[in-house]
Amino acid sequence: MAVADGEGAPPPAGRFFGFTRFRYESVVALAGLAVVWQIASLFVPHFLFPSVPEIATRLVEIFTSWNSLFDMLATSARILAGLAGAFVFGTLLAMPMARSPSFARYVYPLLNFNQGIPALSWVVIAIIWFRGIEFRIFFIMVMTTLPAFTFQVLDAYRAMSKDLFEMTLAFRPTRLDLLRTLIWPTVLPGILTAWKVNLGNASRVVVVAELVGATGGVGYELLQQQQVFDMAGAIAWTLVLVIFVLVVQGIITLIETRALRYRAFAEHAL
Amino acid sequence: MSAPPEILFEGVSKSFPRRDGGAAFEAIHDLSFAVGRGELVAILGKTGCGKSTTFNLISGLIQPSRGRVAVQGHDPYADFAWFRGKIGIVFQNDRLMPWRTAIENVALGLELNKMPQKERLKLAASWLARLGLSGHANDYPHALSGGMRQRVSIARAFAGKPDILLCDEPFSALDEHTGNALRREFRDLLRETGATAIFITHSIEEALWLGARLMVFERPARIAYETALSADMSEAERQAVRGRIREVLSVGGK
Repeated sequence: MAVADGEGAPPPAGRFFGFTRFRYESVVALAGLAVVWQIASLFVPHFLFPSVPEIATRLVEIFTSWNSLFDMLATSARILAGLAGAFVFGTLLAMPMARSPSFARYVYPLLNFNQGIPALSWVVIAIIWFRGIEFRIFFIMVMTTLPAFTFQVLDAYRAMSKDLFEMTLAFRPTRLDLLRTLIWPTVLPGILTAWKVNLGNASRVVVVAELVGATGGVGYELLQQQQVFDMAGAIAWTLVLVIFVLVVQGIITLIETRALRYRAFAEHAL
Repeated sequence: MSAPPEILFEGVSKSFPRRDGGAAFEAIHDLSFAVGRGELVAILGKTGCGKSTTFNLISGLIQPSRGRVAVQGHDPYADFAWFRGKIGIVFQNDRLMPWRTAIENVALGLELNKMPQKERLKLAASWLARLGLSGHANDYPHALSGGMRQRVSIARAFAGKPDILLCDEPFSALDEHTGNALRREFRDLLRETGATAIFITHSIEEALWLGARLMVFERPARIAYETALSADMSEAERQAVRGRIREVLSVGGK
């Protein structure tokens, strides 16, 4: 097959995009952090640095208690619902912006203005404006992550190849066919990147929202740990959120690997 | 009564506004010509002489500033959807969708023309086989060489059995050996399908080799020289045509 060196060949077994090496290094780094923490716990007061086994015990308790699991799932659902809402509204905003530069000129300042509003301000505004806890959190999540989705989708749309656009138009597609065969595959990589980037932001925002305005969830549980000065519990609940983010990141990466499998890669990048 | 022309340009001009607000750039000036059904016409000219603008006008991607363009009696810009499945295009670069395999790229036009999946994949596979790519049906474009990718794009253009085929310097980005091989295959396919074809090129030899009729454009696009070519022309006659083309291009470039 006439291919450039390294292009198009299947990745070497066991080293898919360097995944094996990444996993090994991650384990070493995290194990190192745990060791340092454990050593610190031997010399620093217990309420500041609880031991690693104690944190692990609390983590196990969370995953084996129905109430805790419910809190964890509630936070996960809030993050995913907020991101989905921001994605839908962001895309609905990005499409007319991409098609109409004059419309975009009006919307850009509003999005930039929004970027400057702290998440905590949205929490206060949501508490004053709305009654329902879930809607408050959804509103806060959407308002804080919407600009990033809009900018990412807009950039992906604008990066669409003019050559491919003209080629597809020459076949006289319907609007739906154009969307399906050209626009969607073009913007998909940008959308997946937006989800990955926003996931981290959303997990931080949801905790703030729950901390102030919820009666359940990881943020609420963190507030409880703070009130009883329980550092092991606070770290365990933080780890729950980190694990959630890593699992969803992994799922998005799997989708990305499958959906963007057509992309060439160079061996030197491995 | 003679048959109506398949492609008709009547006093067509096309100008593009400048971004800096200066005088509009005129790419085509008062261009008129007609192409009969099944005719192969090569359009030759220097870079920037409006060949590609002419191409875009025929394909309906842009509309003229003045004059009339008609393809099979219809306005290709206004009656956009009417031309679905009627025009095939081979571009200078392959313009394959990187997320589609070779066979899916060939089947694109058929898919947009609502041909059932099983049928269109079968047809696309037969076109890939015809162009020597049957072993690469499921390869993505990045895994194919430049020549292979251009074969896929030729297969995509022919697969829908278009009445009109537009080719915009399709072999200019290929090496000489690959280009010559593809030219031969391309000419055979054209003869077989009987499609009306417009072939844009900046190579005199390519135009002489392919074209049954030759139009040389000056800048802005207008016919500076036109001649009918035939396969049984003597070398002396070809040499005379070459000389005339060089003369016209030289004058046009001043």
